[in-house]
Amino acid sequence: MQQTQQNVEYSVVAEGLCKSYGAIKAIDNVSFKIAKGEILGFLGPNGAGKSTTMRILSGLMPATSGRAYVCGVSVANNPKLAQSHIGYMPENNPLPEDVRVSEYLKFRAAIKGLKGREIREAVDEVMEVCQLQRKASRKIIGNLSKGFKQRVGIADALLGKPEVVIMDEPTIGLDPHQIIAIRELIDSLRGKMSVVISSHILPEIELVCDRVMIINHGMVVASGAPENLRSEFLPVDTYKIAVSAELEQVKSVLAAAGLDFEVEQTSKKDAEGFALYALKTSRRGSFGDALIAEFAKHPNFRLREVYLSRPTLEDIFMAATRRSWEEKRESIFGAKRQEAKK
Amino acid sequence: MLKYQVKAMFISPSTYAAAFLFVSLMGGIYILSLWDVSAAEGGKSPIELFLSLFWLPVLFMVPMLTMRSLAEERRMGTLQAMMTAPVSAFEIVLSKFLACYILYALCWALTLFFPIITALSLPQAAADDRIFSVSKIATGYSFIFVSGAAYVAIGVFASSLTRSTLVAGMLSFCILFIAIVGSALAANFTPADAAWSAWAETFADYAQSFKHLEDFSNSLLDTRPFFLYLSAAAAFVGATALITEYRTS
Repeated sequence: MQQTQQNVEYSVVAEGLCKSYGAIKAIDNVSFKIAKGEILGFLGPNGAGKSTTMRILSGLMPATSGRAYVCGVSVANNPKLAQSHIGYMPENNPLPEDVRVSEYLKFRAAIKGLKGREIREAVDEVMEVCQLQRKASRKIIGNLSKGFKQRVGIADALLGKPEVVIMDEPTIGLDPHQIIAIRELIDSLRGKMSVVISSHILPEIELVCDRVMIINHGMVVASGAPENLRSEFLPVDTYKIAVSAELEQVKSVLAAAGLDFEVEQTSKKDAEGFALYALKTSRRGSFGDALIAEFAKHPNFRLREVYLSRPTLEDIFMAATRRSWEEKRESIFGAKRQEAKK
Repeated sequence: MLKYQVKAMFISPSTYAAAFLFVSLMGGIYILSLWDVSAAEGGKSPIELFLSLFWLPVLFMVPMLTMRSLAEERRMGTLQAMMTAPVSAFEIVLSKFLACYILYALCWALTLFFPIITALSLPQAAADDRIFSVSKIATGYSFIFVSGAAYVAIGVFASSLTRSTLVAGMLSFCILFIAIVGSALAANFTPADAAWSAWAETFADYAQSFKHLEDFSNSLLDTRPFFLYLSAAAAFVGATALITEYRTS
């Protein structure tokens, strides 16, 4: 009872989910919780287990072990009831080609359990949210552009106001304008329903998600707000400067000022005599003004630019997946080394 | 869901191709039957001759109507999308089966116009029981509609086995050929001296579609064919639901 009560506080609870295909583990001990109204970004390289996890959550595939709850309902014990709380947009957004948008959405609303007037109201509402209500609603799905097809897929997922919306690569194959439109659409759902999105377009995830979960080799390797992940995986701040000075001169200026930076030259001097340097420090704080002040003391050096280069989600993703690779390699080779010693 | 599936079938070009071919073929067969009857005194009525060739359109029309039902949905991924809604595989398969069956029955129902047109254009001939016999039409079409349930279920079953509509069509044709013609051949080729021959003969006799049609045409309504076709339809629909559930998980 306590378990169920706890699960109701979260829209989605996954506990130790495992899925094996023979000897191959697609996901291994995946656990996470998604709060109500939260937008979670699901990241991982191809074959990491993102789609498998999403399919298990949406009741399409049973887990080999572990438990998943959607709005307090066990997906394994009551998949159809759990599905009634979920709007799912599968990878590649499969849609029938020869049906009109409004007809398709009405059909989807009907099989989601809506009746009579509710169907018309729900379809009108999602078509308005997804900007499909004008010409597009009467068009045959096969004649729509990729962006509009994605909108139809999202409209389908939103039908009946499910508590949880799961979208597998909703922005794949879209042009920048369409990506922005879909991002704004997802953003508008914040606080209204819990949204899980998987994507390879990392800046998109960073812009729209409250929290990010990185999965690699079927295991969760990082989870948290992008800012917290930055501190965890890339604890070093990097300042980029463009200055008309040699590497040794830069180092001596910084040492004289007591600024503890690791300096790396990232480009040769250009025609105007400026070279780019990356200054790395594990100390937190703002050093931009101090750097400008120190170089200003030396009239021989001209400083053109100073800025804090913040690691992107892509950097975090690379660092997290690299760490998991190294840990996995260490566990395999470490065990072999120990066996060899014996 | 059934309404949507029927609508989807009505907007599919292959449905119209199947229906056009079927009605044209059956129209031709009916005209030939009429010529045959008018040339010979006595013998069978045109509707009996016409329905005795039921297997010919069944072998082509059923695969054409059913081959897309599940194979196309699986290939496109829309079947999986359907399974994400709170509906069971059985409901999906049943709606597909019923949609195909409604269309199948509708195509056959169109052929009812042939004897009606004949009766209207030849009123003196219509008085002849051989040309226009309501009881023969009713019993003959009962056989068509009852056996059709099993044939359509076979077609939908074949469609669930593969992603390719072409392979589904060929599979459907083969299974239907075995079901319709195979039972008749088995009855002829059962060795008389084998220990199991009596059992095999009884079974082949029981499953013979041609014999059922003959009984129905003679206004002999037996419950066994009803049971055979309806139970076969239920078994194939059940097996299709299981396969669909397994393939989408």
